[in-house]
Amino acid sequence: MDLNTILLELAKGMQVSIEIFAFTLIFSLPLGLVISFGRMAKNPIISTVTKFYISIMRGTPLMLQLMVVYFGPHYLFGMQLSLSYRFVAAIIGFSLNYAAYFAEIYRSGIESMPIGQYEAAKLLGYSRQQTFIKIILPQVIKRILPSITNEVITLVKDTSLVIVISVMEMFSYAREIASAQGIITPFIIAGAFYYLFNLFVAFIMEKIEKKLSYYR
Amino acid sequence: MNLLEMNHVQKSFDGLNVLKDISLSVKEGEVLSIIGPSGSGKTTLLRCATMLETMDAGELNYLGNKAVWNNEHGKAVYATNEQLKKIKEYYGLVFQSFHLFPHYSVIKNITDAPIHVQKKSKEEAYRTARELLKKMGLEEKENAYPYQLSGGQQQRVAIARALALNPKILFFDEPTSALDPELTGEVLKVIRSLADMHMTMVIVTHEMAFARSVSNRIIFMDQGVIAEQGTPEELFNSKNIRMKEFLGKLNEDN
Ligand SMILES: Nc1ncnc2c1ncn2[C@@H]1O[C@H](COP(=O)(O)OP(=O)(O)O)[C@@H](O)[C@H]1O
Ligand SMILES: [Mg+2]
Repeated sequence: MDLNTILLELAKGMQVSIEIFAFTLIFSLPLGLVISFGRMAKNPIISTVTKFYISIMRGTPLMLQLMVVYFGPHYLFGMQLSLSYRFVAAIIGFSLNYAAYFAEIYRSGIESMPIGQYEAAKLLGYSRQQTFIKIILPQVIKRILPSITNEVITLVKDTSLVIVISVMEMFSYAREIASAQGIITPFIIAGAFYYLFNLFVAFIMEKIEKKLSYYR
Repeated sequence: MNLLEMNHVQKSFDGLNVLKDISLSVKEGEVLSIIGPSGSGKTTLLRCATMLETMDAGELNYLGNKAVWNNEHGKAVYATNEQLKKIKEYYGLVFQSFHLFPHYSVIKNITDAPIHVQKKSKEEAYRTARELLKKMGLEEKENAYPYQLSGGQQQRVAIARALALNPKILFFDEPTSALDPELTGEVLKVIRSLADMHMTMVIVTHEMAFARSVSNRIIFMDQGVIAEQGTPEELFNSKNIRMKEFLGKLNEDN
């Protein structure tokens, strides 16, 4: 197998990796905010349930969570699962897991906001929603951006975990070709891919941080 | 009619009786200063008047509109949110530490609430804001961000932000206490100019000379009660021991 064919094969996997990455962020970033509200809720039932959820998501292996999401519907309800469910299961598993991490990041950011911002907004007549969306959230995003960057970089590498539910992405293809051909090149190419992907992510996050550095 | 009326206001924090039966009223155009030692309840009183804090008992009216009254058990009852929303438009508050929105430029700090809360047109909000900035001597700063301003400038923006909503009465909680001494003057000057325009104001301050010259009336608070009140002359010549002690201490400090 020549390098071109290897690259072509890996490129197919690369697309899947990028899709998993993108969908996970699209779902987990907003979901994390909702969960952080639950975590901070005054209602003790809601806050306890969310706290438990977060601790399970952070306290068990993501690999295991992916398997539960993928095989769960079959073992629990005897459902017949189509092949395409693999990809869906990967997105669900990742989103549920990353939302828990993001929730804790949002919470720390929201709780670090000085009460004076809320009080000033209240005196000026802003509604609670306006206060959160216009005054609090933009400042929270700036504060938590470094922690978000860390998680996003981890996510790039974590996408390779979907191999356990046989979703064919970058790493899966690399392993397949490597073992079939008895060569290490695919792993090196895959490694380079994850590395470059993360360089790109870091570059984008830095851009966003710069954009938000117009105030202190 | 009194613009603000507070009757028999009581407030405690887990057993600590901070306000013990405070009554006061403010007429339109009047400037009332509140002085007193630290911990005497001045901030808590302003926070009850501006409903940042809920009082335990007492009455609160703005222009005869009841915001708070006592039920038959002598416990404070608040008006409905809808009624309170209207009442809240009557007053503004300037905080000791400004609390400007750091991610908004000066002009946006001042215009955002008029546009998005009061639904004023952009043109009108910006026109008003620029007039206010001019009054504050900050017309050059409309595009600056709060972190680029000195404390005195930030506090003047905070005053403009409160005034932009056109309140009938403005509360100040030690507006110069967070400032370096050389910056207090510019803020006091602005407050004095508001007094000259007969803006109704309640000012908590430690600036005695300022309180004396700007106020129509002064209240001396001590340990959660109004220990003395009257015209500046009456107060500064008071025989009240606590008041004399308080003034004496201040003189020693300076
Ligand atoms: N949120 C609060 N919780 C508990 N105690 C408070 C709170 N706010 C104020 N106090 C107490 O109430 C007393 C009066 O405080 P404050 O109104 O800030 O006085 P002043 O503004 O005159 O210095 C102080 O003993 C203070 O510790
Ligand atoms: Mg105080």
